[in-house]
Amino acid sequence: MPTFGTGRRVAIVAGVRTPFARSGTLLKDYTAIDLGKLAVAELVQRTALDGATVDLLVFGTVVPSVVAPNIAREVSLLPHFPKTLQAYTVSRACASANQAITDAADQIALGHAHVAIAGGAESLTQVPILHSRGMSDVLVAASKAKALSQRLAIFAQLRPRDFIPITPAIAEPSTGESMGQSAEKMAKLNGISRESQDRFALRSHLNAAAGTDDGRLTAEIVPVPAPPKFEAMIATDNGVRRDSTYEQLAALKPVFDRQYGTVTAGNASPLTDGGAAVLLMSDERAKALGYIPLAYIRSYAYAAVDPGEQLLQAPVLAAPIALARAGLALEDIDVIEMHEAFAAQVLSNIQGLASKTWAARAGLSAPVGDVDFEKLNVMGGSLSIGHPFGATGARVLTTLCNELARRGGQFGMLTVCAAGGMGHAMIVERA
Amino acid sequence: MTTETLGVVLMEDAATGLRLSVHDGVATVCYDQPDSPVNTLNTRVGPVFEQMFTRIEQDASIVGAMLVSGKPDTWIAGADIDELRRVTTPLDGETLSRGGQLLLNRLAAMPKPLVAAIHGAALGGGLEIALACRYRIATDHPKTVLALPEVQLGLLPGAGGTQRLPRTVGLPAALDMILTGKTIRAKKAWQMGLVHELVHPSILRDVVARRVRALARGDAMPLLARKRRASEVLLEDNALGRTVVFRQARATVLKKTRGHYPAPLAAIDAIEAGYRHGEDAGLREEAKRFGELAVSDVCRELVSIFFATTALKKDSGLPDGVTAEAVRVRKIGVLGAGFMGAGIATVAVQAGTIVRLKDSSLDRVVAGWRAVREVLRERVNRRQLTRAQMDDTLSLVGGTIDYSGFANAELVIEAVFEDLAVKHAVLREVQAVAPHAIFASNTSTIPIRDIAAAAVHADQVVGMHFFSPVHKMPLLEVIVTPETSAQTTATVVAYGRQLGKTVIVVRDGPGFYVNRILAPYINESGKLLDDGASIDAIDEALVSFGFPVGPLTLLDEVGLDIAGKSGPIMAAAFGERMRPSVTLQRVIESGRLGRKAKRGFYRYSEQGKREDVDKGVYALTPASGSRIAVAAEEIQRRTVLPMLNEAVRCLEDGIVRSPRDGDIGAVFGIGFPPFRGGPFRFIDALGAAAVVKQLEELEKRYPGRYEPAAMLRAKATAGERFHP
Repeated sequence: MPTFGTGRRVAIVAGVRTPFARSGTLLKDYTAIDLGKLAVAELVQRTALDGATVDLLVFGTVVPSVVAPNIAREVSLLPHFPKTLQAYTVSRACASANQAITDAADQIALGHAHVAIAGGAESLTQVPILHSRGMSDVLVAASKAKALSQRLAIFAQLRPRDFIPITPAIAEPSTGESMGQSAEKMAKLNGISRESQDRFALRSHLNAAAGTDDGRLTAEIVPVPAPPKFEAMIATDNGVRRDSTYEQLAALKPVFDRQYGTVTAGNASPLTDGGAAVLLMSDERAKALGYIPLAYIRSYAYAAVDPGEQLLQAPVLAAPIALARAGLALEDIDVIEMHEAFAAQVLSNIQGLASKTWAARAGLSAPVGDVDFEKLNVMGGSLSIGHPFGATGARVLTTLCNELARRGGQFGMLTVCAAGGMGHAMIVERA
Repeated sequence: MTTETLGVVLMEDAATGLRLSVHDGVATVCYDQPDSPVNTLNTRVGPVFEQMFTRIEQDASIVGAMLVSGKPDTWIAGADIDELRRVTTPLDGETLSRGGQLLLNRLAAMPKPLVAAIHGAALGGGLEIALACRYRIATDHPKTVLALPEVQLGLLPGAGGTQRLPRTVGLPAALDMILTGKTIRAKKAWQMGLVHELVHPSILRDVVARRVRALARGDAMPLLARKRRASEVLLEDNALGRTVVFRQARATVLKKTRGHYPAPLAAIDAIEAGYRHGEDAGLREEAKRFGELAVSDVCRELVSIFFATTALKKDSGLPDGVTAEAVRVRKIGVLGAGFMGAGIATVAVQAGTIVRLKDSSLDRVVAGWRAVREVLRERVNRRQLTRAQMDDTLSLVGGTIDYSGFANAELVIEAVFEDLAVKHAVLREVQAVAPHAIFASNTSTIPIRDIAAAAVHADQVVGMHFFSPVHKMPLLEVIVTPETSAQTTATVVAYGRQLGKTVIVVRDGPGFYVNRILAPYINESGKLLDDGASIDAIDEALVSFGFPVGPLTLLDEVGLDIAGKSGPIMAAAFGERMRPSVTLQRVIESGRLGRKAKRGFYRYSEQGKREDVDKGVYALTPASGSRIAVAAEEIQRRTVLPMLNEAVRCLEDGIVRSPRDGDIGAVFGIGFPPFRGGPFRFIDALGAAAVVKQLEELEKRYPGRYEPAAMLRAKATAGERFHP
């Protein structure tokens, strides 16, 4: 069936990502652009793709480089492609790669492109540190000054507090609430216990460890030479704690509400560096070029809630729309990938999907349904693998398609929550 | 660059491609040599230039002129070397040089300003013309390079270059350029004061026209960028300092050339004469020495190599009458990320090819990737590459431990372990995942037909024998079997050239060509050790013959394990004359693998720096510890003559297609002394009869090792040469 209405059917041909590494560790010397290039260069190589066949490259990133804000264009200037490959960058918080993917899919469905690369990259090590407002004003004024004396006078206005730099915080501009505080609030609102959060985090680590050991996860990873000496390849994610135990997790102190809180460093996703990309094609072009697609995009949806309410709960509204557009029910789905920003958020999302209240808010007569844990995040998720904001969506889609193919299932669903109270869901199907 | 001319054409000479036009009082002399991709200088253009300059001088409406090239990306690439080959006496050569000098003197003395508008290569005589112009403006473009490369052909700049260059850029910089022939890029040329200004190509002629007018008005011009350090001033501006500089230059040249190359010394003499006795004396010395050099053996051989490599650049590698279209190679697979595999990947990515680099473990892959990076880093350090270009180039290397990504490779080059079973295994695997790809083996010892025996598509199997280190060695030996298709050959030859290599196509057979002629040379070196000669005496004798390193040093550098592998194969194929010496075998068995093991014929420090001869080796020789003195000439005869003899056998067996290929293979693959032209040209110089006589004499003393090749005897009897 066509992906959208009467449009072309969009095939997911392959996906590749860099290893994901906790910020400030193995990948700290790579910029987001480097990480994006590493993933895309390998995607082109591994799929034996002729770079000249690519019509479009869309990339997502959340904290863009100040000097090269259009990361997609930098990535598309890889020597694997002709310089005529047009590219643009999108931003939808943690669903940025998903936005890149659905934009590319739209272009294919419309017939504007036949082959597209979509993905995202993030370096949360190399974030831009800004000067204070006072310092910025002085620097701008000084650059316009004509004489040295004028310049000195301007610099003399600087006060000690002006020297304190500003680092971007992961907080909502509208509410001032940080991501962690929002998760903490959701845990309380939805009654998600500390134990269930810790057990879910443990499950994530153990599933990821198993996926790494049997090669399911590592098959999606391009080995990256380890700077600065390049004496080894980084081929696995370093956030996965294969030896973690429930007791260890339970012993951690809550971070955002030290007294009554339940969200800890152990049941939240870590700041991560990484890049990921997928290769999308129109079905006809995939066939013409001799590719056997992993899966097809059947539908997708975006939704939003008031960020002051439950910041990360919008997947609960996006999923039923995507399912309805696909003409499917939750029980039809064989594999589910839910982005794990916080254990409290995943468990809130799952609870919401099963709740009558949220069904009513979505305009449904009955809840979407119960999520079967046998089908959910079977190779771990962002809690263990890590969460480079701009890249996660492409990782999730790749894993979903590969696992669906491995299981011989028919339909897969992914959901991603994003800052600003936004949520995304996508349904994929196998041929 | 546009070639159309603004204004009115005053003179045009179709035969030379010179055209004089004038626009708004500024004349343009445009050179666009017909039927040639580049502009060269020959005796026919001189008189036409002369007429045009006279016209410029006499025409009152013209205030000055510019000299431009009508070719898109090259200016004037030097003298016509064909014309040079017709010089038969020193006097002819001197006259040729005087003619050039007079023309440029006239040009330099023109009362109206002449400005060189340089876009593209200004080489040799081209740069000498530019130096005679009153002002030089070059484009800031990668194609714009300047050099006086005459010494590379055994000559010196013969049109005043030895006088004008030092006066323009200073003595040390001029010596550096003239004695090495090195290429100077536009930016550097500006920094050193070789050109006055750098501009974008699209405004070159406009800016030059403005400068011509300004010069004609007598306006002050921007000074040359050159800034001189105090030490330079001290050495250059007084006779005593210059004496020191010249003495040092001569010593350096002698150390490097060991007296085999007269041109750099002659150039120093000419430069010095100019400083001591004035420009006229310098020019006379320059012309005299040019005449001598032009008819010298060294110049003749170097020019022959130049012509052979030029011809090889146009050679499809296919037999006469056979044509095939080369497939464009955009992606290659490289099997084995070791020293050779990484080296091949390095040259491939620099040519813009996507490389899939496979080995058995990620550790090996990353080591190969690192080796590629190190070569690129070195180029960044030398400012030949920007950081961004390095990252881009490096991104073309994709490491893998499986065959993913091989499907669309047009060519797969294997550099795996030298073992037939391993080669067969990878060949089968490659032809399964990439059935259309050409499979090239970089083996140095295994016959290609033996490898191809396991192929499903034997017509796609070929040898590509690179030399180590790949990014430095200029030769690529392409080995074809009777089954190799014409398209396969044409593709790898064209691709080899894209990698910047000089490519010779040879027929399959043990050792192919280069290693086959190397084998008796190495073996006889070993037998000299057996007989009691000392390590340093052998190496020294052959370095003084003109090889870049001696045979035992070469073994240490290449690795004795690698040499040890080929020994038995060559002996099995060719018998007595290739039987490895006792010493070589014992040295290999004793675990002395050469530099990489820090233990070989020489000793190496912990840091890998070579120290002296390891006398411990002598205990392994049949002659034991006692050493006898062997004359250098005897060492040279015993090692070089069998190499020459083997080269003739290769021609006889059809391994090499021509004496030309045999010469180029030896010079670029082994470092056979270029001034001797290669084995075949060297035989021609000695005379086949003389070579046969010496071989026979050696054959009497060492039966079975020096029997002259039948073709060599035939040439001797008929009194023929290999080269016409």
